Amino acid sequence: MNLDFSIIVDALPKMLTGIGLTFQLLILSAILGLILAILLMLMRISGKWYLSWPAQVYIYIFRGTPILVQIFIVYYGFPQLDFIRDSFLWPIFRDPFGCAIFALTLNTGAYVSEILRGGVLGVDRGILEAGSALGLSTRQKFIYLTTPIATRLALPAYGNDIISLLKSTALASTITLADMTGIARTLVAQTFAPYEIFISLAIVYIILTWILQKSLGRVERYLGRYMEK
Amino acid sequence: MTELALIQMTNVGKFFGSFQALKGINLHVSKGERIVVCGPSGSGKSTMIRCINRLEKHDEGQIIIGGKELTDQVADINAVRREVGMVFQSFNLFPHMRIVKNLMLAQRLVRKIPKAEAKATAMEYLERVKIPEQADKYPIQLSGGQQQRVAIARALCMKPEIILFDEPTSALDPEMINEVLEVMTDLARDGMTMICVTHEMGFARSVADRVIFMDAGEIVEEADPETFFDAPRNARTQKFLSQILAH
Repeated sequence: MNLDFSIIVDALPKMLTGIGLTFQLLILSAILGLILAILLMLMRISGKWYLSWPAQVYIYIFRGTPILVQIFIVYYGFPQLDFIRDSFLWPIFRDPFGCAIFALTLNTGAYVSEILRGGVLGVDRGILEAGSALGLSTRQKFIYLTTPIATRLALPAYGNDIISLLKSTALASTITLADMTGIARTLVAQTFAPYEIFISLAIVYIILTWILQKSLGRVERYLGRYMEK
Repeated sequence: MTELALIQMTNVGKFFGSFQALKGINLHVSKGERIVVCGPSGSGKSTMIRCINRLEKHDEGQIIIGGKELTDQVADINAVRREVGMVFQSFNLFPHMRIVKNLMLAQRLVRKIPKAEAKATAMEYLERVKIPEQADKYPIQLSGGQQQRVAIARALCMKPEIILFDEPTSALDPEMINEVLEVMTDLARDGMTMICVTHEMGFARSVADRVIFMDAGEIVEEADPETFFDAPRNARTQKFLSQILAH
């Protein structure tokens, strides 16, 4: 068969109307996920079992189940629970957007917390000892030494997770959201041209990934300026 | 020993698991004294000086620094650390901060010194270690010898009573050892109380008031440099010296 370019030309602008929603899903769940990840990481390295264990169980569960299943549990499962229907959280879970943000946040939080932990563990012990020897408190060492160094160490892996999160937002289309993938699926149903439409959708994601990758590279170089001879 | 011992270690013992790293260490250091500690690797030299600012916690005996006993009291530990500077084998500069910031951080956070004053102090000590022109570089851009001099300046910025040196020249290329030893000799001349773990025997001979030889976690011999190098009494010291001075 041949590619029908007129379908692509028609479909592209329509799909791009969903780019705003894709960005909202990406940015909101990335920010909330990062906050969650920092909390989980702090619990994990606290050295206190009653903080570390729950964090470990959480991470295990969310890394151990498919994100699509997590989205379905939130979207189809939560409304069946009376205590959720009766709680102040109901406006969030009644809305597919809220469900998607919630599931993406919980999922990325689990992955990113492990990435951050890797960064923290990667900070040279000698540097922290030098801080101790100068009289810095544990908190001061964490803020002024561990955090900036660990951030730089964790950044490449973190960027990888953000790119992966961009692609995960496509799963929101399975719970009725009209993000780019959602619109593409509607267009396929209308035009019966899955090949052209999904190819052009893939190209849009590739371009977005390229932009993300370039921006992350810039941040990496900026934060790593002290590593260049 | 004088009553005004700045460092007083009495019967100090330290274990790593079941391995005894320090056994019955007794060490008194008065203000202005310069002590060199040497001994074979694994003999407990580093562990001993790391106990002095509690980078290691001792398990037995008593350590009193400037009248404060080292216990689990965090306030006391921090008070002691403010008075005890340390220079490490691997420099341990803060890699993400420019040199001048490396020198300012603890002044600002620990001594609560205003920014301008901290910067002035930083520059003063960079002058003193002869690299003021490197102030705005990052540590990685400096040579090993320069980095170690920065580390010494960083310790001096806190105006400590005592400086501990943990093999400060062992990680350096040979041509850089002298520039660091010169700074250390300079410090000694100014009356700084110093404890140096080092294998630089020339430095020990010319600078030290006392040389301490350790082996298997114990202080085996303690003497003034002339006696130590020319007439060591203990057989283990003699063997060590013959090995280290052979080439």
